[in-house]
Amino acid sequence: MSYKGKFRVWRGEGGEGRLEDFTVEVNEGEVVLDVIHRLQATQAPDLAVRWNCKAGKCGSCSMEINGKPRLGCMTRMSTFTEDETITVTPMRTFPVIKDLVTDVSYNYQKAREIPSFTPPKDVKPGEYRMQQIDVERSQEFRKCIECFMCNNVCHVIRDHEENKTHFAGPRFLMRIAELDMHPYDVADRKDSAQEDHGLGYCNITKCCTEVCPEHIKITDNALIPMKERVVDRKYDPLVWLGNKIFRR
Amino acid sequence: MERHEYDVVVIGAGGAGLRAAIEARQQGKRTAIVCKSLFGKAHTVMAEGGAAAAMGNVNSDDNWMVHFRDTMRGGKFLNNWRMAELHAKEAPDRVWELEAWGALFDRTKDGKISQRNFGGHEYPRLAHVGDRTGLEMIRTLQQRVVALQQEDFEVHGDYEAYIKVFAECTVTRLLKDGDAISGAFAYWRETGKFIVFDAPAVVLATGGIGKSFVVTSNSWEYTGDGHALALLAGAQLINMEFIQFHPTGMVWPPSVRGILVTESVRGDGGVLRNSEGRRFMFDYIPDVFKDKYATSEEEGDRWYTDQANNRRPPELLPRDEVARAINSEVKAGRGSPQGGVFLDVSSRLPAAEIIKRLPSMHHQFKELADVDITAEPMQVGPTCHYVMGGVEVDADTAAASVPGLFAAGEVSGGMHGSNRLGGNSLSDLLVFGRRAGAGAAAYVDSLGDRRPQVTGVEEAHAEAVAPLERQGGENPYEVHHELQRTMNDLVGIIRKENEVAEALQVVEKLKERATNTTAPGGKIYNPGWHLAIDLRNMLLVSECVAKAALLRQESRGGHTRDDYPAMEPEWRRKLLVCSAKPDGSEVQVVEKTQVSMRADLITLFDRAELSKYLTEDELAEYDAAAKELS
Repeated sequence: MSYKGKFRVWRGEGGEGRLEDFTVEVNEGEVVLDVIHRLQATQAPDLAVRWNCKAGKCGSCSMEINGKPRLGCMTRMSTFTEDETITVTPMRTFPVIKDLVTDVSYNYQKAREIPSFTPPKDVKPGEYRMQQIDVERSQEFRKCIECFMCNNVCHVIRDHEENKTHFAGPRFLMRIAELDMHPYDVADRKDSAQEDHGLGYCNITKCCTEVCPEHIKITDNALIPMKERVVDRKYDPLVWLGNKIFRR
Repeated sequence: MERHEYDVVVIGAGGAGLRAAIEARQQGKRTAIVCKSLFGKAHTVMAEGGAAAAMGNVNSDDNWMVHFRDTMRGGKFLNNWRMAELHAKEAPDRVWELEAWGALFDRTKDGKISQRNFGGHEYPRLAHVGDRTGLEMIRTLQQRVVALQQEDFEVHGDYEAYIKVFAECTVTRLLKDGDAISGAFAYWRETGKFIVFDAPAVVLATGGIGKSFVVTSNSWEYTGDGHALALLAGAQLINMEFIQFHPTGMVWPPSVRGILVTESVRGDGGVLRNSEGRRFMFDYIPDVFKDKYATSEEEGDRWYTDQANNRRPPELLPRDEVARAINSEVKAGRGSPQGGVFLDVSSRLPAAEIIKRLPSMHHQFKELADVDITAEPMQVGPTCHYVMGGVEVDADTAAASVPGLFAAGEVSGGMHGSNRLGGNSLSDLLVFGRRAGAGAAAYVDSLGDRRPQVTGVEEAHAEAVAPLERQGGENPYEVHHELQRTMNDLVGIIRKENEVAEALQVVEKLKERATNTTAPGGKIYNPGWHLAIDLRNMLLVSECVAKAALLRQESRGGHTRDDYPAMEPEWRRKLLVCSAKPDGSEVQVVEKTQVSMRADLITLFDRAELSKYLTEDELAEYDAAAKELS
């Protein structure tokens, strides 16, 4: 059941690189990451790739396969024809360290800029009471495995490096929504979502939702509701009047 | 060379490492977290079922004593009983604490944390989030670290003033000053540059050793680094012969062989059948568990809704029993087409309920095997999952025998005895992660202003660069593959004297070959080089496993000897302790007597049950203790 597959893999470091062609054995039931590992073991021992669980749970092996952001461990070879050349490149939005490994530190910086879970001071551990239905919305977002493919595909930063300073990307805008919808979070996150983290840049093209390996409805369930919450606040006539009167 | 001073260096950023680091930082210590992967990717994310804690939210009869008894039974009474006691007592507080840091567990109807059934646990006890509990835990701890960094930023204007993550950084040696720990030597995976940590206390939280086996549920990080670092630094490992083969790993397609299928499938009603359609687990209930498990399918099925009047189905026996049973069925020719057995939940729960309770399993089988688990059974078989053995530590402080060295989580030994119960790992990480962080902080305080001096940097550097500088040596991938095949075939789930002895000879030769590997390419993110370095650790740990497995002439928990199939009370009191020279040579294994259980703990058990495990002398001790307390 095995055949010789044609692979074209991006190799390089320090801002330079090229696509390199390989012919490599492919067996039944394998995924792209298996083939990358076979390349390492037999032809290119120093080929750099990030991976960890190989079961779609850790979000390490994000790469672009034939131009589409995918997890290498969840992309089955059976989805390609045997004579197809498969092109594997690193995520485009982040700087390449070497081969398929990119510098994803942008994501960790953004994570740090979002104020953490803020529970009321008087609730002690063990006293939390929440209904399943009330935690389910945030639970959907907590399925996120931080593969960063949503941030990779988002055109706000994929095509505009300059936006990285003031745009948290779908992953972390979703984090804000998750906290805002947490039954016990008391922080006010609406103004900062818009002003500090760039929620307004999102024009709901849903590219993030399309690439999410966990099938989280990032746009519909996190970003749009968050936009609505911001708008409710911003254009509520009573809030506007209150601001006029009390904040002068 | 890059150099940093810290009070505490934590190696590993899974559940135990992060919890240890959080504790050390909360006690005012400057703390480094050093991990091989990116922050938030550690193996803990793969844990599925839940964290065992006797909160009594679902069945109010549960309490720490019941949990303690279950843990000791699961480990066949070989456990370090003080660890099992602390674990059972403190697990609820550790879980509740996560909730206060933002974790969102599934709920009961009255709004508390929901708890699910699992193998070997008398009551529903596992706090969970669907079947992705490990992800929830690692994310919560990761976000807690970030929250502390934000607090530090407010006060000091620097996020990393008190706690810093060194991601994709691998420690290759612990550094010492005389007998005591003085730091660690590491390299950045990204650049290949070296880095020295000056620190009086090091917490090992590096997880397990599964990458020495072909069929494993473990990720590439599980190369036994902490086990090996501890040995090389002069600490001891205990219980290394006990390795848990999880009964249900995927068996097809070949490239995913070994990936875990959570025990929750069985906890939520899934059943095991052989090719004849028989629920074979009813044929494999061992004597010691006879009165605790259902003897008919009807009774087992009733138990899910009425636990007071029925006994558990035998699919929920401890993992070692289920793994051996599956192995026997396959050997007897009653296996599934692809060499496992059938695990069926499709005929037991409505499709919508399966998708709700087991979303990752549904996803995993659909994406990787084209199997819809709501419509057809899965095929499963045993996979190397967890090492019960590890660094011998003091139960209360997690301190190893080397001053300044601490260990928590899978890399530590004793807590789980000869076999770990499902769900006891995540709670173990939290309970002993916190204790290790506190132990390290107290140790640093005890030093006052004294700081040990770093030595041995040059030697560590020479060792690390050797594979890059050698020309024409062997391919490290080849050596690794041969080690994996050897351990899998000869020191696997069922062991025999001559096979284990043969494995030891092979490991000895591989050790030679590993000193002659070459890694072509440069220092920047070079996986061949990284593997060449990891090989030292895998080989050393494999040698310990094989040597201990050869010595223990009985079968117990995660150690099954074909030539000594019975469990022997005489062996229950014996722990096998491994040590080695600083260069990794002369691995020694010696016997050590297990300390007798405290009177108030041993009397939590019935005499009749204990008589299946203890020697006559120990039973006399029990009688004396019972008399004194009555």
